[in-house]
Amino acid sequence: MIKKIQIKDLTVNYGSKDVIHSLNLDIYQNEILAIIGPANSGKSSLLKCLNRMTDFNNSARITGDILLDDESIYKDEDSTFLRRRIGMVSPLPVGLPMTIKENVTYAPRMAGCKDPAELDAIMEDCLKKAALWDEVKDRLNTLATKLSGGQQQRLTIARALSHHPEVLCLDEFSIAIDPVTTMKIEAVLNELKKNITIVMVTNVINQAKRLGDRTAMMLHGKILDLNTNERIFGGEVTDIRTKDYIEGLFG
Amino acid sequence: MFRPSHELTKKELKEKNYQNLLSTITFFLFMPALIIIFLLFLKGYPALSWDFIFQDPINGMTAGGIFPTIVGTFWLVIISVIVSCPLGVIAAIYLSEYAADNKLNRMIRLAILNLAGVPSIVHALFGLGAFVLFLNMGTSILAASFTLAVMNLPVIITSTLESLQSVPLSYREASWNVGASKLQTIRHIVLPNSIPGILTGLVFSVGRSAGETAAILFTGVAFYLPFLPKSVFDQCMSLSMHLFTISTQVVGVPDAYPFATALVLILLILSVNSISVGLRYYFRTRRKW
Repeated sequence: MIKKIQIKDLTVNYGSKDVIHSLNLDIYQNEILAIIGPANSGKSSLLKCLNRMTDFNNSARITGDILLDDESIYKDEDSTFLRRRIGMVSPLPVGLPMTIKENVTYAPRMAGCKDPAELDAIMEDCLKKAALWDEVKDRLNTLATKLSGGQQQRLTIARALSHHPEVLCLDEFSIAIDPVTTMKIEAVLNELKKNITIVMVTNVINQAKRLGDRTAMMLHGKILDLNTNERIFGGEVTDIRTKDYIEGLFG
Repeated sequence: MFRPSHELTKKELKEKNYQNLLSTITFFLFMPALIIIFLLFLKGYPALSWDFIFQDPINGMTAGGIFPTIVGTFWLVIISVIVSCPLGVIAAIYLSEYAADNKLNRMIRLAILNLAGVPSIVHALFGLGAFVLFLNMGTSILAASFTLAVMNLPVIITSTLESLQSVPLSYREASWNVGASKLQTIRHIVLPNSIPGILTGLVFSVGRSAGETAAILFTGVAFYLPFLPKSVFDQCMSLSMHLFTISTQVVGVPDAYPFATALVLILLILSVNSISVGLRYYFRTRRKW
């Protein structure tokens, strides 16, 4: 299997607090990697390192390296182009204060796409993938901030897909979305992984079980366990705490 | 037995009292403004006419109109805004979006706040030294406008800075997340959402410039000029200075003249303010979060 992302000896701290401890992880092309683990174990920080959003946090200190397609993501001073290759869905939905249409076409427009027909096509495609099209197709020119929380979350997903990322990072994408819609989006993710690589942080263990090809268990900034889903959920774990967490005994 | 009605009436009464207190205080604060405008109208009305506005002052400023002063004030305000607004907004963008949060930058911010409190006569002396003498502009519209611009910069920077920082960080992060550069984020997300605040600073500075006397006293305003300025290197008259002159320095000015002049000045500032209130309203209806 092709290694899409290689994380090498990554250590992250904010001030004195280490959130990730010399972590090594390979993410393969066209897989869905689910990351589970209790709160404060560094899952979200790990995702933020992948698209270098940590650049904007002055207190973040990062050592180690991350390779995307065998090239260090820290190669360029400017991380803007890296973020165009990696789609990120944050747990708190943020509709930018512009219309729904402007929201979804924002990323392609910023990347220099000016053709209205192409922008419309991207918008429709992404909104459909995020299972939002049917709800908003009649009011694309209303403000995105007027949408409900769940709709805004799906809008965030649509926005993350709009710049055709090679890697899609999802941080708890379904917390405000109802189960039926979640299933629709999960089906889309299963479809998407034919072309892209998906990294997914989730607190819903069943979601990791359903969706992931492999699952990683994180605790205190380290990966306790990483294996294919059959093995992890089949009870074949290297650390007993993984098993406890999956079974809900942890804590 | 539980009887809620009694309690509630008492509370309601109390609330009503507070409400009345607040509205009374607000009313008393608003009164001076109304009284000033009313008095100016009352006393200045006899002198007010199109001739008063569109004619030159004659007979040693004891008759005629105030046209050159309006023209002068107009140029002073326009040029100072053209200079100070872009500079102030750019400085605020740097301080808000790019500058690291370190000791030096905190000192710079503090200095800007303090600069806003410097008396205008001190700005005038700075303008005299820097623009009139050192940059050799002479006493001119340009030197006076630059002095006004320097005086207004802190106000514009502070108000712009505040409105930039009121745009939630989550918007910036969402924009960065999809691969927009820092500059694109400022251009498409941060600035459009802080335009109302920037306009507020602008209006303040226009009002201050139009009414300012001390800062332009040494730098470009003439006591009396029998002609309109031909270029920015000429001196000019200004409404505020003219008001001071005909109130205190010239004998034989009709009683209504100073009041009418003040009225014109206030109406000019009010009209500029209302334009910007309209603009603010327009931009606010577009911004919602």
